[in-house]
Amino acid sequence: MRPNPRSPLHGGPLVHVVLITATLVFAFPFYWTLVAASRSNAELSSASPSLTPGPNLLHNIGAALEQAAIGDALLNSLIVAATVTAGVVLSSTLAGFAFAKLRFRGRGLLLAVTVATMMIPPQLGVIPLFMVIVRLDLQNTLPSVILPSLVSAFGVFFMRQYLVQALPDELVEAGRVDGASLLRIFRSIVLPAARPGMAVLGMLTFMATWNDFFWPVVALSSQNPTVQVALKSLGQGYVPDQSIVMAGTLIGTLPVLLVFGVLGRQIVGGIMQGAVKG
Amino acid sequence: MAITSAARLPAADPAKPRARRAGRLAPYGFLAPFFVLFAAFGLFPLLYTAYVSLHRVELQTTDRMDWVGAQNYTRLLADPFFWNALRNTFTIGVVSTVPQLLMALGLAHLLNYRLRGRSFYRVAMLMPYATSVAAATLVFAQLFGRDYGLINWVLGQVGLSPVDWQAGTWASQFGVSAIVTWRWTGYNALIYLAGMQAIPGELYESAAVDGASRWQQFRHVTVPGLRPTIVFTVVVSTIGATQLFGEPLLYEGNAGGGISHQYQTLGLYLYEQGWSFFHLGRAAAVAWVMFLLIVVLALLNAAIAARRNRTDR
Repeated sequence: MRPNPRSPLHGGPLVHVVLITATLVFAFPFYWTLVAASRSNAELSSASPSLTPGPNLLHNIGAALEQAAIGDALLNSLIVAATVTAGVVLSSTLAGFAFAKLRFRGRGLLLAVTVATMMIPPQLGVIPLFMVIVRLDLQNTLPSVILPSLVSAFGVFFMRQYLVQALPDELVEAGRVDGASLLRIFRSIVLPAARPGMAVLGMLTFMATWNDFFWPVVALSSQNPTVQVALKSLGQGYVPDQSIVMAGTLIGTLPVLLVFGVLGRQIVGGIMQGAVKG
Repeated sequence: MAITSAARLPAADPAKPRARRAGRLAPYGFLAPFFVLFAAFGLFPLLYTAYVSLHRVELQTTDRMDWVGAQNYTRLLADPFFWNALRNTFTIGVVSTVPQLLMALGLAHLLNYRLRGRSFYRVAMLMPYATSVAAATLVFAQLFGRDYGLINWVLGQVGLSPVDWQAGTWASQFGVSAIVTWRWTGYNALIYLAGMQAIPGELYESAAVDGASRWQQFRHVTVPGLRPTIVFTVVVSTIGATQLFGEPLLYEGNAGGGISHQYQTLGLYLYEQGWSFFHLGRAAAVAWVMFLLIVVLALLNAAIAARRNRTDR
């Protein structure tokens, strides 16, 4: 969303002071993760904590990688997040196009069902989902985490909203007049028009999948974890070594933060866009 | 609209009737990948939960289901820990949602000013949203540590006595709420900001001409214009709060939600029933109760919003 050029309000210094304070509050836990991950457990368990980064970062990261199989977990998370993102973006674009631009029997009903289930938390279906996964003998495997997330009602709705505006009816009609099949129209007309929306949906999906916690904890054990499941087991030792826990947290957070650092503005735009039209 | 005219296209070609039928079915082909998986892993589990909740099912033998009728529900209602979890879900939900949305509204208002560095601020506000529940909770649990936590150290520096952020009921619920608030305030601020930018600038101008102060503009132009967005965030936050799970699970690292279950939420109680005590049937009953709770809360929200609208106009 572009800034409203007619915004009548001008910010004075006080606005900046408040916003900078808020930014510092939001940023502090990140800074503290770095401080704690680079100190020793003894330094963290002292009466006067150190407020600046120390020299132990690499040592703690090494220890975290060893203790909770975080290296494997990172790879698992990458596989899961990439597969799910590809699945959600593709299935959402297909269905979103059909809902936005095609007429067919039951369209209103199907769209209503899709939108309605967006309001129901998927968490409430975990027990049968777990039974299905056990029945399919997929417990503790990556497909158990990938399969239920491959499609998303939010994604379909998001792509529909995007394509209603981004894809002129005349373009689709022109393709029809030229005798192109729907699949052909999809490939050469819809996909190019949908690309910016697909990119935003892809980023949101990747982040959400990378950070997903409840279902992976249920479906996976610490033997074959995603990063979030590995963090759980790292934090649950008898007496967890806080500096190593924080090192693991840092490793698990860094990839998404990097994505965010590069694409932050687009992600912000995507969330605001989804909000207005939601 | 123009799309429906496929049937009007010239049908001289003898192959056309077949092509036309294929054309009519094609939309379903586009929907199939979504709906097949959605039905199997989204809709079916949701509905089947109700059926499971009427059976005894143990975690180790999920293929064996014995009909027990409403027993899972009666046991649930007789379990003080269920009521405890319900109460905690409510108090944590209020403590984490109300201040969060108010702060988000204020921040959005500031972010809506014409400012140098506005996109920097927006990205900064959203950073916590990019972290996972697990990472955020582990960091906050450390900050809230009783003996060596930074927050208690700061309290000590200003002459206050340390707080037991884990054992105390209110203190621990405040700690869990702080994690939720930290992660979601910026996100909601952006949603509000999007809503504010849809309010026409002329409204502010004419309010200013009428001599309205900034605070009056905020109250009489911004807030009413934002009402649908506010209802949306309240509903979404309520649903989120109802199923709070990761934060209380990792705050101290056990499914009980503290030594005396002082911050055990319904989500955590469900997990404990199913995966600590192996009673999947009972866990399904909890899930169904949570579902009903969400429906009631959503209807309540809608009713309040509708009434507000009527009294306004």
